[in-house]
Amino acid sequence: MNALVVLIPVSLLLGGIGLAAFLWLLRKNQYEDPQGHATRILSDRYDEEPAKDPKSGQPPHGA
Amino acid sequence: MTDASLHNRPVVCPACMGVPEPAGQRVPRDDAPLRRFDLSLPAIHCAACISGVERTLEATPGVAAARVNLSLKRVAVTASDTPGAEARLISALTSRGFDALPLDSAALEATRTDATGRDLLARIGVAAFASMNVMLLSVAVWAGADASTRDLLHWISAVIALPAVMFSAWPFFRSAALALLAGRMDMDLPISTAILMAAGVSLWETMLSGPHAFFEAAIMLTFFLLVGRYLAHLTRAAARSAAAELAALEVRMASRMKLDGAIETVPVDALRPGDVLIVAAGSRIPADGTVVDGCSEIDASMLTGETMPAAVAAGALVRAGMMNISGPLHIRADTLGEDTLLKQISRLIENAEHSRTRYATLADRAARLYGPMVYVLALLALGYWGLSTGDWRLAVNVAAAVLIITCPCGLGLAVPAVLTAASGRLYRAGVLLKDGTALEKLAEIDAVVFDKTGTLTTGHPVLMNAAHIPPEALSAARALAQGSAHPLSRAIVAASEGMTPAVVTGIVEHPGLGTTGRFGTVTVRLGRAEWVGAGSTLDSTSTWLRIGEADPVAFIFEDELREDAATTVRTFIDAGLPVTLLSGDSEGPVRKLADRLKIIDWIARATPQEKVAHLEGLRRQGLRVLMVGDGLNDAAALTAAHVSISPASAVDASRSAADLIVTGPLLSPVAESWQIAVEARRRIIQNIVFAFGYNIITVPVAFAGLVTPLFAALAMSGSSLAVCFNALRLGRKR
Repeated sequence: MNALVVLIPVSLLLGGIGLAAFLWLLRKNQYEDPQGHATRILSDRYDEEPAKDPKSGQPPHGA
Repeated sequence: MTDASLHNRPVVCPACMGVPEPAGQRVPRDDAPLRRFDLSLPAIHCAACISGVERTLEATPGVAAARVNLSLKRVAVTASDTPGAEARLISALTSRGFDALPLDSAALEATRTDATGRDLLARIGVAAFASMNVMLLSVAVWAGADASTRDLLHWISAVIALPAVMFSAWPFFRSAALALLAGRMDMDLPISTAILMAAGVSLWETMLSGPHAFFEAAIMLTFFLLVGRYLAHLTRAAARSAAAELAALEVRMASRMKLDGAIETVPVDALRPGDVLIVAAGSRIPADGTVVDGCSEIDASMLTGETMPAAVAAGALVRAGMMNISGPLHIRADTLGEDTLLKQISRLIENAEHSRTRYATLADRAARLYGPMVYVLALLALGYWGLSTGDWRLAVNVAAAVLIITCPCGLGLAVPAVLTAASGRLYRAGVLLKDGTALEKLAEIDAVVFDKTGTLTTGHPVLMNAAHIPPEALSAARALAQGSAHPLSRAIVAASEGMTPAVVTGIVEHPGLGTTGRFGTVTVRLGRAEWVGAGSTLDSTSTWLRIGEADPVAFIFEDELREDAATTVRTFIDAGLPVTLLSGDSEGPVRKLADRLKIIDWIARATPQEKVAHLEGLRRQGLRVLMVGDGLNDAAALTAAHVSISPASAVDASRSAADLIVTGPLLSPVAESWQIAVEARRRIIQNIVFAFGYNIITVPVAFAGLVTPLFAALAMSGSSLAVCFNALRLGRKR
C-alpha cells in the first residue's frame, strides 16, 4: 500500500512527460512529413546543425 | 542559399554597413518580396531525390529556401516574387530530370494547415495516455485488490479517466448533439451514449464502493473510435488535397492585345466579346472565336477525339480547348454566351449531375441498421433485469455492459482502416482518389466504356512507315524537322533516332503549311500534301517530303497506343465485363483500334450528347458503368457514369468530373485500381460481418450479466485488432 502511494504518482509523471512531449511535437509540425524525415537521415545535409531560414536565422518550421 | 556577400565582407564599422553592395553580389531577398511557391513533384521517392531537388532549387537565382515534403510529394519554395519566377523554378527542376508541376498556393492554403487532423491526434494522445494508466490500475484490481485498496485504485482511475474522456470524446459528443438537434440517427449517438454510460455507471459504482468499474472500457472505447475517426479523416483529407491539387494544375489565363498594341495576361473569365487574343504555337485556345490573323494547324482531339490536325487561316472558326500547333494566331473572341461549346458541355455536366443519386456507403447502410438495435438491446436488458430482480443498480450495470459490448467499435474502425490501406496502395500505384465513396462504387461496376484519343492512345503521333521511306528522304526530313515543335516533326525526329541528318541550310518554317530548306542545289519541302504538290491525299494523318522535283514521299502517322492499353482492356474482358470503345474520332481509326484491342462494341463520331445518351442507356439497362476518358467531349459522360477515371493529362473539366485520376503515362493503374477496389470491398464486408458476428457471441453474455470489466476490455481490443489486421493485409499485398 505504501509503495502504491509512491509508484502511482511516478508512473503518472512519466506517462505525463511522454504525453507532453507528444503534444509539443505535434505543435512543432514534426508529423507533417513522416516519409521525408525517415529518408532525410540518409542525406549528407544538415549534419552539423539544423538548416537556417535565411530570413529570420531560425530553423524553418514545416514545409 | 549561402549569403556570399555577408561572408565575404568583413563588418568593420556601422557606417560601412551603408555602403552599397558590389554589383552582381546582390542578395535575392533585396530585389523583390519573397513569396512561397508550391510545386508538385510526382516522381520523387528517395533521399537522393530530396537533396537533388533542394540543391537544384537553392542554386537557382532568387531562391531563398526550398523544403521538400516527401509524404505529399511537394516542394515549398521561398523565392523572390518576380514575373516568371515559377516557370524558372520548374525549368530548373525539369532540366535536372525532376518532373515538376505548378500548384496554386492559394487553393492549397486551406488544406495545408491540417487543424482537424492535429486536433484529432492530440485527442488520441490524451486518450492513449489515460487508457494506459487506467489499464495499469485496472490490472491491479483484477489481480485481486480489495476493500480500501480497490476503492483507492477506482478513485484514481476516475480522476484520470473522467477528464480524459470528456476531452477526447468531445468530437463524438458534439456530432451526436448536432444529429439529435437535426432529428437524425447517426453512429455517434450510440457511441456517445455508451461512453457516457460507462463513465457514469463506473463513477456511481466507485462512490458506492462496488466491485466493478468500467473506466478503462470508457477510455479505451474512446481511443479505438478516435483512431478510426482519424483514419477516415486522413482518407478524406488526401482526397480533398488531390482535388485541390488538380484544380491548381491548370491556370486559366489568356494573352489579350490592348488597344495600343501592348499585350496583357488576363484570366479567361475576364474576356469580353471582341477582344483580340494572341495564341502562341503549342498552347490552347482560351475562347471560341474567329481567326483574324495568322496561319496554323489546329488539333481538336481534346474536343472531338479527331486525331488529324486541321489547317486554319484568317476567317476560320475555332473553339476553346483546341490546341494551336504550328504558328501564332490572333483570334477575335466571339459571343461568349450560351452557344459556346464549353457552355453546352457544362450544361450537359450539370444535367448529368442532377440525375446522379446520392450514394450510400456500406458503412452508412450498416450503421442505419445497427444504431437502433444497440438501444433496443440496452433497454431490454435494463427492463428485464430491473423488473425481474427489482435491483435497479444491477440492471443499470448490465445495461451499461450491453452498451459497451455492442458499441460499434468494429464498424467505426473496420471501414476507415480498409479505406486507408486501399488508398495507400492506390497512391503507390499512381492513382489519386478524389472521393472516398469512389472505391466502393468502383468495386461494383459491371461494364466499362473507354474513350479513344488520349485515353487508350497517348494522343501523340508516331511514324508508321519509317521502314518504307528511302534513307536519304528520312535524313532530309530529320534535318527539316529538328528545329520544329510540330507534333509530326517531333514524331519524325523520334523515328529517325540515331540517323545523321542531311546537310540542309536556310530552313524556313511556314506556319500551317510546312518547312523548306536548301539541300545541295535543290529545294526540299516537308509539309501538307497540296502545298508540297503531291497528287493524292491519304485517309490517315500524313505529311509529305519533296526533294527538288522528285516524286513526293509520304510519311504516315498513327496515334500511338499506350503501351499497356491492350493488357488493361484484356483484364476487363477476361473478367467478363462488356467493354465499349466510345470515340468522337472518324470511323477508320476507331475500327482499326477496336480490332487491335479485340473490342467488339465500338462507336465512332459520337458527339458529347451522344456519349451521355449512351451511358444513360446503359444505366437504364441496370448496368453500373466505369467510364475512362480524358477529353472535353468526355466530361459529361464521366459525370453520367457510375464511377469514372481520367488520366492526369486530361482537360480540367474531365479531371474534375472524374472520381479517380491516374498519374503517369500508363493505363494499367485503371485495371489495378479496379482490382484493389474489389479486394477492399471484400475486406469491408468481411469486417462488417465480423463485427456483427462478434456481437452475436458477446451480446448474450452481456445480457446474462456475465460481462466483467476484464471481459469487456479483452473483447473490445480483440475485435478492434482483428479488423485492423484484416485491413492491413490489403496494404501489404503486392
